Amino acid sequence: MNLDAISASENILRETTGFVFPNEIDVLWSIMIVVYPYLTGLVAGAFILASLVKIFKVRELQPTYRLSLLTALAFILIAPLPLVLHLGHPERSYEIFLTPQLGSAMAMFGFVYAWYLMVVLLLEIWFEYRRDMVIWARETKFPLSWIYRILSLFSNDLSQEGLNFDKRATRLITIIGIPSAFLLHGYVGFIFGSVKANPWWSSVLMPIVFLFSAIVSGIALVLILYMVLAPMRGEEINMKCLDRVAAFLFYAVIVDFSLEALDFIHRLYESEESIHILSELIVNKLFLSLVVIQILLGMIVPLAMLAGIRIFRANAELRKLIYFVSAILIQLGIFSVRWNVVIGGQMFSKSFRGLTTYKMEMLGLEGLLLALVLLALPLVILAVLLRFFPPTGSPAKDLSAST
Amino acid sequence: MLRRKLLKMLTGALPGLTILTDPFARLLAQDEETAAQELPLYGMGIQVDRCIGCGNCMEACKAENNVPPEPTHMRTWVERYVIDSNNEVHVSLLNSRNRTSSQIDEQRNVLRTFFVPKLCNQCENPPCVQVCPVEATFKTEDGVVLVDNERCMGCGYCIQACPYGARYLHPETKTADKCTFCYHRISQGLLPACVNVCPTQARVFGNLKSPASPLTRLRRLKKINVLKPSLNTAPKVLYTDLDGEVR
Repeated sequence: MNLDAISASENILRETTGFVFPNEIDVLWSIMIVVYPYLTGLVAGAFILASLVKIFKVRELQPTYRLSLLTALAFILIAPLPLVLHLGHPERSYEIFLTPQLGSAMAMFGFVYAWYLMVVLLLEIWFEYRRDMVIWARETKFPLSWIYRILSLFSNDLSQEGLNFDKRATRLITIIGIPSAFLLHGYVGFIFGSVKANPWWSSVLMPIVFLFSAIVSGIALVLILYMVLAPMRGEEINMKCLDRVAAFLFYAVIVDFSLEALDFIHRLYESEESIHILSELIVNKLFLSLVVIQILLGMIVPLAMLAGIRIFRANAELRKLIYFVSAILIQLGIFSVRWNVVIGGQMFSKSFRGLTTYKMEMLGLEGLLLALVLLALPLVILAVLLRFFPPTGSPAKDLSAST
Repeated sequence: MLRRKLLKMLTGALPGLTILTDPFARLLAQDEETAAQELPLYGMGIQVDRCIGCGNCMEACKAENNVPPEPTHMRTWVERYVIDSNNEVHVSLLNSRNRTSSQIDEQRNVLRTFFVPKLCNQCENPPCVQVCPVEATFKTEDGVVLVDNERCMGCGYCIQACPYGARYLHPETKTADKCTFCYHRISQGLLPACVNVCPTQARVFGNLKSPASPLTRLRRLKKINVLKPSLNTAPKVLYTDLDGEVR
């Protein structure tokens, strides 16, 4: 027997409290699995914000429409990476497409993801940018002109009829897109919520809580990006737009907070067998990430700030500052939601008699560094997308010139 | 089973084919039913009052199945329960190296104490099989839940879904691993390693379908309980003399 391995494991054993089943001492799903639902949530949330413009005709949000779509695209391209990296055998991940076990919630991941990326996001962005791509293909020089030509699938139609078709198509895709966005993140919640063995996860509210926290995080992200990018492009921040985004953010946080409070009260009131260990989990292991960061800093403080602004009618500069700080705090809070679900759910034993510890690696495939890279990567992709597909589009005169 | 599925799919796709495939489908179904009747349905009985906490089962299992040496990877393990006069429950893992439990001497006013061997419960409704996205974990027709480690992609969902903590990710193969009832042994007519080395017959292995099996005898003579019955997993590891504190 390998005595070093045994003594190393016995050290880990000492870091557990109470009794933990031996196979549960090491936390299996690492920070990578925290990053995955966080990124997916941002995708769904950003898309829902975009759909407010197209479906619910919230015209004030128009300046954020294209930004929201591109943000969703940039984040969805990276979202499956942490999952694949986490697999013991990433080279076998294609099996999930070829021979999925249809009874498994996880097996549907590939299909839900592919549907959302291919049918919803790419298609909507294509129709939204088709007119601009045609113009850019005409106006830019080789090789850029060819790139736009290929991306526009050699489309050359700038007739009013064609443009009207684009509009109708975009609207139709958004109509399909809203339930798809709900499906995408509700489904991620279902992966956790359907695990009956784990009382911290097993809740019918889990998909709904995931969905609303996704909407919250997506809207907050677009708000941050808009506030950072507009001055960088030399544009004035549209305060009407910003106020409206912040208003939606405020409502979404209220719904999210209510749902989480309902879940919490329900558990406490039912007070099932697991309540003792879950209380211990919150007090001993998740106090900082759940009580302080998720609830206090990530929810109550931003809610109070956003409510304060509505009550006291602050001036534009103060509003900007408060929106920005609130959105940052909300991001932090939603990341903590994912952390508390994924890591928290593995820190107590299914014997309900003990707690274990998660020691995050710094380097390596499951490490903090890679997690930070994966969180930053979508922003790099977004920068590239914004460079080639500026949300301002091509100036209107180009249209008249070319039609 | 696969052939039947394929035939069903074909008939679903082309209704006209039913006439051609139906007789074959019936024939295959009959074959499978007859075969299933002949197949055993394996289960294990654990007589809690007989376990003396020697730890032989744990060591035999590790040696037989190439289970990693660390105490964080176990196909089977033994828990020691000590319940004191304040009704406080102290549980610890039997240590396979020195076979003593650190908490034994610390407990005073012991009300009752016992050992509970644990292993994969080979559930009839296994949550691990339900959640596996690629069908790498499956239930054999003789009732044993196995992992195909050439198919498993190591996502760990089955490990999360197991209510008994019976699974772990094997550090070498990077795939899910668990007790197989020593499938390589039982399919040769031998007993699982843990049953073979148990000096007190605390572990009883057998065919749940056979009237002559020692497991059937146990079920006839003793009151039987299973772990976490409320989860509807229908375990095939049956406990006698199981204390209500055991989860």
